[in-house]
Amino acid sequence: MSDFSEELARPMTKDDQVKMSVLSGTGMHFPWLQSYVETVVIGGKKKKDFAQTTSACLNFIQEALLKHQWQRAAEYMHSYFQTLEDSDGYKRHAAPEIIWKLGSEILFYHPKSNVETFNTFADRMKNIGVMNYLKISLQHALYLLHHGMLEDANRNLSQAETWRYGEKSSSQEVLINLVQAYKGLLQYYNWSTKKKELSKFDKEDYAYGTATRSMVNRSWKTSVNLGALIKIPGVWDPFVKSYIEMLEFYGDQDAAREVLTNYAYDEKFPSNPNAHIYLYNFLKRKKAPRAKLLSVLKILYRIVPSHKLMLEFHTLLRKSEKEEHHKLALEVVFGVLDFAGCTKNITAWTYLSKYLRQTLMGNHLVWVQEQWNSRKNWWPSFHFSYYWAKRDWKDDTALACEKAFVAGILLGKGCRYFQYISKQDHEVLRKKIKQMKKSVKKYSIVNPGL
Amino acid sequence: MDLEEAKEFKERCTQCAAVSWGITDEGKYYCTSCHNVTERSKEVINTEDIPNSKIKAINRGLKRKKKLEKGWDWYVCEGFQYILYQQAEALKSLGVGPELKNEVLHNFWKRYLQKSKQAYCEKPIYTTRKKAMVVEDNLSHLDCSSEPELLSDVSYSFVESGAESQSDIFSQKSFPVSSRASQPEMVASVCSGSLDGVEYSQRKEKGTVKMSVPRTLALCYLSLLWQREAITLSDLLRFVEEDHIPYVNAFQHFPEEMKLYGRDKRIFAVESWPDYEDIHKKTIEIATFLDLPHFPDITEDCYLHPNILCMKYLMEVNLPDEMHGLACQVIKMTGIGEVDFLTFDPIAKMAKTVKYDVQAVAIIVVVLKLLFLLDDNFEWSLSNLAEKYNKKNKKDKPWFDFRKWYQVMKKTVDEKKHKWEEARAKYMWKSEKPLYYSFIDKPVVYKRRDMVVNLQKQFSTLVDWTPTVEKKRPSSFQFNWTEEDTDRTCFHGHSLQGVLKEKGQSLLTKNSSYWLSTQKFCKGYCKHLTTYEESNFSLSYQFILNLFSFLLRIKTSLLHEEVSLIERKLFKNKYSKTKKKSRRSRKARRH
Repeated sequence: MSDFSEELARPMTKDDQVKMSVLSGTGMHFPWLQSYVETVVIGGKKKKDFAQTTSACLNFIQEALLKHQWQRAAEYMHSYFQTLEDSDGYKRHAAPEIIWKLGSEILFYHPKSNVETFNTFADRMKNIGVMNYLKISLQHALYLLHHGMLEDANRNLSQAETWRYGEKSSSQEVLINLVQAYKGLLQYYNWSTKKKELSKFDKEDYAYGTATRSMVNRSWKTSVNLGALIKIPGVWDPFVKSYIEMLEFYGDQDAAREVLTNYAYDEKFPSNPNAHIYLYNFLKRKKAPRAKLLSVLKILYRIVPSHKLMLEFHTLLRKSEKEEHHKLALEVVFGVLDFAGCTKNITAWTYLSKYLRQTLMGNHLVWVQEQWNSRKNWWPSFHFSYYWAKRDWKDDTALACEKAFVAGILLGKGCRYFQYISKQDHEVLRKKIKQMKKSVKKYSIVNPGL
Repeated sequence: MDLEEAKEFKERCTQCAAVSWGITDEGKYYCTSCHNVTERSKEVINTEDIPNSKIKAINRGLKRKKKLEKGWDWYVCEGFQYILYQQAEALKSLGVGPELKNEVLHNFWKRYLQKSKQAYCEKPIYTTRKKAMVVEDNLSHLDCSSEPELLSDVSYSFVESGAESQSDIFSQKSFPVSSRASQPEMVASVCSGSLDGVEYSQRKEKGTVKMSVPRTLALCYLSLLWQREAITLSDLLRFVEEDHIPYVNAFQHFPEEMKLYGRDKRIFAVESWPDYEDIHKKTIEIATFLDLPHFPDITEDCYLHPNILCMKYLMEVNLPDEMHGLACQVIKMTGIGEVDFLTFDPIAKMAKTVKYDVQAVAIIVVVLKLLFLLDDNFEWSLSNLAEKYNKKNKKDKPWFDFRKWYQVMKKTVDEKKHKWEEARAKYMWKSEKPLYYSFIDKPVVYKRRDMVVNLQKQFSTLVDWTPTVEKKRPSSFQFNWTEEDTDRTCFHGHSLQGVLKEKGQSLLTKNSSYWLSTQKFCKGYCKHLTTYEESNFSLSYQFILNLFSFLLRIKTSLLHEEVSLIERKLFKNKYSKTKKKSRRSRKARRH
């Protein structure tokens, strides 16, 4: 292991990475600013040619990578290595990470490169400065995984796992956990394949017993590995999923529930829709009461109102006895259709058309108007244009009918979408269209007569 | 120690009759005043008393093994001497006459050492600073007439035996060898590999020009100038950048035993290429410091004379030979071809040396402006005429077509520039011999070096090196124009008939107007004469300035300034008129 004394003397922070662009608070991106700032001539010390040429070299490498010129990139890389010897301590410090990122990219794609070259490079880079060891080990392992070399990846992770260097800074701790978690994930993968094999065995078989025992063993180790990471705030979806699968398999429902609840509700964790989805699916599997399911979905609705689970949410709300839930059900189904990705979702349209009828029959015109008011400006051109009418009719007549009904209810008989569909002559649907016309006449919220 | 021990030896020196002896490393007595080495040697009673008895085998005067780093004892100025030696060798292999190295540079260097009180003087700073054991009355015997006379003293061969004999000059002449050994704590110094690295970097004497790596180039350029060699400053600097002359990492060719670390790093390591204006400034500075006499005259047959340089640059940028006549005319009118103007005289009140290359190029720019106006309009209409004429008269000598020339040059220069940028981006700055600040640092630095070498080795297997490896041969020409190349037309033989018209017996330019690059020169404390704001000028003018400044590797603003200066000389009347006018108006305002 390398022991560059200066690296010990200086505490590393995440900010040590060179940021190639400047991000402003508004989320706007100014990639040119960095180079602009560099080229502006300010009185004072002139930038050394070393700094100038190496930064030009970096630009050439990035350009070559962008154009997939791996050979050219490697050529410049050959010169760029000298930044490791930069006399500017700050830049020298940042160099290993930049070199690792560029170099691994080149070696990943370069036609003359192979796993062996990559391994040598990774091993070399790991030992330049202590601060990169874990990060590079982890990425090295991912590279090996990508090439299907699970064993090697596992060995790599084990090595990284046992690596210690003085007092770990907090950022390193997360990395160690990540390393362990990935190791756990690999073990999970083994376990999962074992499980598949096991399903072929007869339960009475002796082999089944030993296999389960070894699985239990493995699973215990894995859960230790995974469990530690999951406790740290972050987004750990694949780890959580596999952990839950194993816990459930061994019947540890309480632990699973606790993990998922924590993952979804702990405020220290970043907002993560998947956390709620996992929890919902788990609760559904466990046949949890409707109230509980609703509360989970309510949160998901706040984060991702377009999620396909919203339709499930809608039906659950409809089944509820509370009136406010009924109102919410309308809101939810309207919400789903606000999104461009759902415009062709026939289930959603069917739910809406059915529920609209039901709501209006239940004399809740106010609810519908409330929902419609915010949408009447843009839904007509978004959903109910003449173009859509033609196209929907061509693509999916059933969808067109549902939409036409909704259009009729919301916009009245005069609406182009409704008119276009109702004028169509279709043998099978003739009856349906007729019925539709009738209900529209009866329920439409736009009443020209009044 | 040596002098102390040498006190036992009381005989008079056979050469200067003084009684002041030192002991060389071989154990022989030498006269500290005239450096005559006797055949008599000190009898060695106990070898252990002489810490460097091993060195006998090496048989060097000064290069004694140090205890810690196991290198020779050496002084910073020896390092520079070594660099100069290598640079002189490189210049010699570029075709410069051997006198440059043997006589001129050698003498300049000796003079520098003397002026900076490092050698060839009564009280070399090394003696006074360290309170050496050299006693005062020994010094009184010093023959001060041994001061080198400029360009006459060639008795010490700076050349023949090269590096190895160089340090002998010092050891014999003036460095008090003895003072070192008597201060063992200095030997153990960890701050620099050289003996005086720390002291050298702290030295701040008024009026002394401290040697530095860029200044070695200034010294080289001075000797080139003295010899009136056919190398301009921009050529010299380009050769440096192309690695034909040692500069970056020049120290890595020091003898193995000359160890560099600590402060030496700051003195000898360079991370930038030399800058034209900087070296130009330093050249004048050093020449003044050395108190050099009037330089040999630059007459019309010298390469540096604008007549010849203009021809050279006209060829370089593929312009018609016929332009040379007009260029010479401009040179004559402005008086910049005069010997007095061209010759460098450091003693003069305002010592300045002409930027020969920049000036020659500026004349060409002025000539282009005279012929084509370069207002983004006139040059193109002339091109249309030339194009028409050339189409009709295919057998005649073609008229020079500015547009076609522009297209050819633009393409070639862009390609060249791109290659140049790529080569610069690939430049290897770091030496094989890494420098470190301290011993704690050393293993880290060496390890890092190994790492870089290994990584480079690994990546070089991924690269096809075949065409790029070949090193370019140095040449004062960067472009090559031949008649045969159809893709890149050669315009040397094209005629200027299209832009000139006959009137009586003389030829006039069709273009009758002219615009000045600078209307009014700065006369403030801003230290510059004019500024160059690209967008204020025509595109043609921008292109031509960029072309030439790339050729010379200088800033465009520098060339613009030179163009303005020539115009000031050429249009004297206009400038004096405006001056008067403004003065008058100021007066008027006052009343």
